[in-house]
Amino acid sequence: MSFKRFIGKHRMAVVAFTLVALFAGAAIAADVAPVLRMATTTSTDNTGLLDYLAPILKADTGIEIQWVSVGTGKALEYGRNGDVDVVLTHDPQQEKAFVDGGFGIDPKQVMFNDFVLLGPASDPAGVKGKPVVEAMKTIAEKKAPLVSRADKSGTHMAELRLLKAAGIADPDKENWYVQTGQGMLDTINIAGERKGYALADRGTFIKYEANHKGNPPLVIVVEGDDSMKNQYSVIPVNPEKHPNVKIGLAKQYAEWLTHPKVQRDIEKFKLEGKQLFFPNAKQ
Amino acid sequence: MNYISDGFVQAIGLILSMDEETWSAVVVTVKLTMLSMSVTLALGLPLGFLLGYLDFPGKPVVRTVVDTLLALPTVVVGLLVYAFISNRGPLGGYGLLFSIRGMAIGQTILALPIVVALTASAIEGLDNRLKTTLATLGANGWRMAASCLMESRFALLVAAMTAYGRIVAEVGVSMMLGGNIKWHTRTITTAITLETGKGDFALGMALGILLLAMSFALNAALSFIRRRADA
Repeated sequence: MSFKRFIGKHRMAVVAFTLVALFAGAAIAADVAPVLRMATTTSTDNTGLLDYLAPILKADTGIEIQWVSVGTGKALEYGRNGDVDVVLTHDPQQEKAFVDGGFGIDPKQVMFNDFVLLGPASDPAGVKGKPVVEAMKTIAEKKAPLVSRADKSGTHMAELRLLKAAGIADPDKENWYVQTGQGMLDTINIAGERKGYALADRGTFIKYEANHKGNPPLVIVVEGDDSMKNQYSVIPVNPEKHPNVKIGLAKQYAEWLTHPKVQRDIEKFKLEGKQLFFPNAKQ
Repeated sequence: MNYISDGFVQAIGLILSMDEETWSAVVVTVKLTMLSMSVTLALGLPLGFLLGYLDFPGKPVVRTVVDTLLALPTVVVGLLVYAFISNRGPLGGYGLLFSIRGMAIGQTILALPIVVALTASAIEGLDNRLKTTLATLGANGWRMAASCLMESRFALLVAAMTAYGRIVAEVGVSMMLGGNIKWHTRTITTAITLETGKGDFALGMALGILLLAMSFALNAALSFIRRRADA
């Protein structure tokens, strides 16, 4: 069969093939513009804070930012591997190790919110209003289900510290300790289904409350304790470890995030009429 | 339980209004699928033909290996490819992580065994007299391959659609290698994961229905072409 006849007979196939080739070419040509890459935690993304800040960043500095939202542990791992330029995380201990190990430079505090202990409104373990460490101890004694993210996120690490303070160094094998390995909202949902307790950041809880139209299965049982502060910091990745890191953009971003004007923008960010993050950058 | 019905209502709204964010996820999904499918077919059809057509020592072992790879878990592929294309890995300098190209590498590894295995089976299943006849008529290697592939085109279409199904439905590779970055690497499936994580089940359902609608349109188009070809 001649080439012409072949084409004529398989017109559809030729058209389809050309389309495929075109799209493949477009995909290869895509994503080359220089952008700032950040690894951050689910709480900043799920609450919508980053979506709110991105256009302000673009307008102020011209920087285009892309982020992956994972737990703090994984976010720092991306930083260690040089896969991102900057991290925005919330676990002081892991962050200290990150900077001490030479992977990050010049960490800056950005904002805080707080952790809250959630439980069923009926409060079967009777911990309502207790200091948080005592509440943890009571939950363990009564073997009420404590649902944990167990994913090395900032929230998980804070929960482990509180448990340790309550005298429970290793809850791993305890049958009341439910380890989901999932994000904050999934974990709260599981705690709701199991009628258990869970430590959560307030931002995600407000989101959860809103999802349930103000009538959620879980409510705050303990809050306002000093040890429940949840500090967020921004850390540029060390360009000496990874020369590909866009350190100029990363530093500019850190400066911008801690600038009084942007701090006020963070203060203005509300979900369901409630302020989620409290700026506290050192000026 | 309202979110099931909410999902359907929202899906219709989503398809009709098609906001920028949803559209971006659709475009990324289409681009990624096109890229992965092109590479998978370009590599898989010749490899599958060779595996089905040739007789060589150790062929059963190769078949078994390919069949085993059909069961590759997406997260394992994601992890493996991450190790290679992470900045620390051997291919770190090419900026493949968190890009559509990087995701396509993972999806190709995922789908390639399907195309190779099903193509090989289709070629093996061809009537032996066809090969003899072609050889008698003096067909050389390329003509032989083209004729055999042409003869089994419907089986190959099934292979391609199965590979497409695996690619378009997976979330592990896209999440690990793409990072679910809004406007850039967020596909429909990673968007569903995100929305579910945010507790917005209805939007997740709506996106799922949208993805199925896209696949339905593709299958309907292929079935139309096939009927035209048969006529």
